[in-house]
Amino acid sequence: METKVRSRSKEVVISVDRPFVVIGERINPTGRKVLAAEMKDGRMDRVRADAVAQVEAGAHMLDVNAGVPGIDEPALLVAAITAVSEVTDVPLCIDSSVIEALEAALAVYEGKALVNSTTAEDERLDRILPVVKKYGAAVIGMANDETGISMVPEERLQIAQRIIERARYYGIPKEDVVIDPIAMTVAADPQAGVITLQTMRIIKERLGNNMVCGASNVSFGLPDRPIVNAAFFPVAMDAGLSCAITNPLIPDVRKAVMASDLLLGHDEYAMRWIADFRAAQKKAVGAG
Amino acid sequence: MSREEEIRSELFDHTLNGHAPEVKALTEEGLKLGMNPMDILFKALIPSLEEVGRRFEKGDFFVPEMLIAARAMQGALVILRPLIAETGAKPIGKVVIGTVKGDIHDIGKNLVIIMMEGAGFDVVDLGVNVAPEKFVAAVQQHEPHIVGFSAFLTTTMPMFKVNIEALQKASLREKVHVMVGGAPVTEEYARQSGADTYSPDASIATRQAKAIVGAAQAAESSALEQAVDLIDKTLRKG
Repeated sequence: METKVRSRSKEVVISVDRPFVVIGERINPTGRKVLAAEMKDGRMDRVRADAVAQVEAGAHMLDVNAGVPGIDEPALLVAAITAVSEVTDVPLCIDSSVIEALEAALAVYEGKALVNSTTAEDERLDRILPVVKKYGAAVIGMANDETGISMVPEERLQIAQRIIERARYYGIPKEDVVIDPIAMTVAADPQAGVITLQTMRIIKERLGNNMVCGASNVSFGLPDRPIVNAAFFPVAMDAGLSCAITNPLIPDVRKAVMASDLLLGHDEYAMRWIADFRAAQKKAVGAG
Repeated sequence: MSREEEIRSELFDHTLNGHAPEVKALTEEGLKLGMNPMDILFKALIPSLEEVGRRFEKGDFFVPEMLIAARAMQGALVILRPLIAETGAKPIGKVVIGTVKGDIHDIGKNLVIIMMEGAGFDVVDLGVNVAPEKFVAAVQQHEPHIVGFSAFLTTTMPMFKVNIEALQKASLREKVHVMVGGAPVTEEYARQSGADTYSPDASIATRQAKAIVGAAQAAESSALEQAVDLIDKTLRKG
């Protein structure tokens, strides 16, 4: 199954049969006080710099979130998207839980965006999916509803199925629903990782939809997070994850994704791996 | 060092390191030796969990260490709680807590519950996605000293204000202290929402809660001391 997203000039195809798609997570003011303060004042320099840095580090798409407390989120999200579009041409993942913000952003976005996200509550589905359909976007469906996040993989699968069915009702094809099987931190529950992986396996097997997750969540509350984050990729990609919202600026993460692609047969003759090595070598020589 | 002193010190260390079987065994041994349940709780377990909180605040301890220490302590509390209840001693305060409507994030809230229960609070957990009317009903029913609202999303933070207004409408606002917290929440935002206290993390929240009930509880705590003395005497007589 292929999920296609587009910017004005670039198409990215998400599929388990293709190289993994990295969605840069950095443009998000939650937990970033300086960025939040600047965005609040309408200063987008850091947003632009973050966009460029992430794309240079290999991000295929960028997540853009403007959730600063107490602001006009639709206006700020539009401003952030405009700023990002000035400096990069990768397709965007429009991230908000405010439906008006999603709609405003989709209205100005040139291309086919990925909407982040809807959960499975009827109320959310019936408001977000028509908007997704109207703008011809793709959407992330999170496998939870008002009752919370189930720790039973089978139940998460059923919730995912409900989202896919409702999307179909609104005229959104199956391939445009990317399921988030939900990655939670192993710091709070030692079984969290296993449950997420098992959810991925059964979704891959029985639904076949593309899957995305917030991959940095797995290490929340732990020391030495980059290594834990990096180790998540090969197992998750083997279980069926085809893209992730994560931080490509962490070298361990970036390399783990590339090496996993290589091991899973998505890097023919290791050309990308070797090219990346050469580029790093050249940079080192240049710097020296 | 007497065996009782040893037990107190070992209980402190084993709780700190989250060794549940040892904590349980030491608690049982201490009780068999005639140690006062309140003593075990207030002189070994609670100080240990406070130390866990201090280390967590400093960044020396991580989330799993806090959870495992709390779990070790829970094992002892299961044994101690009925004994302490028999003595008629009261918890140091009552807290109603929940994640606001539209939000299902609960790691932070659960850490707060663990730390507060560890500190001797009676905590009523309303869970996640809690509607304002449910908070109001719980405050009415349980008459807590403190009600805590947790929100993890910028879009659910406005529920703080909605909840506080609901409390006002039910004429409960003056009767309860409102604490709020969650990843995107700031001191300024908390104040604007009409909350009394902003809590940046679980350990600080617990310290704040103690200070809040401190005023209300000063009188009761001397009663607690008396209860401890009374239990002491009774046990010695037996």
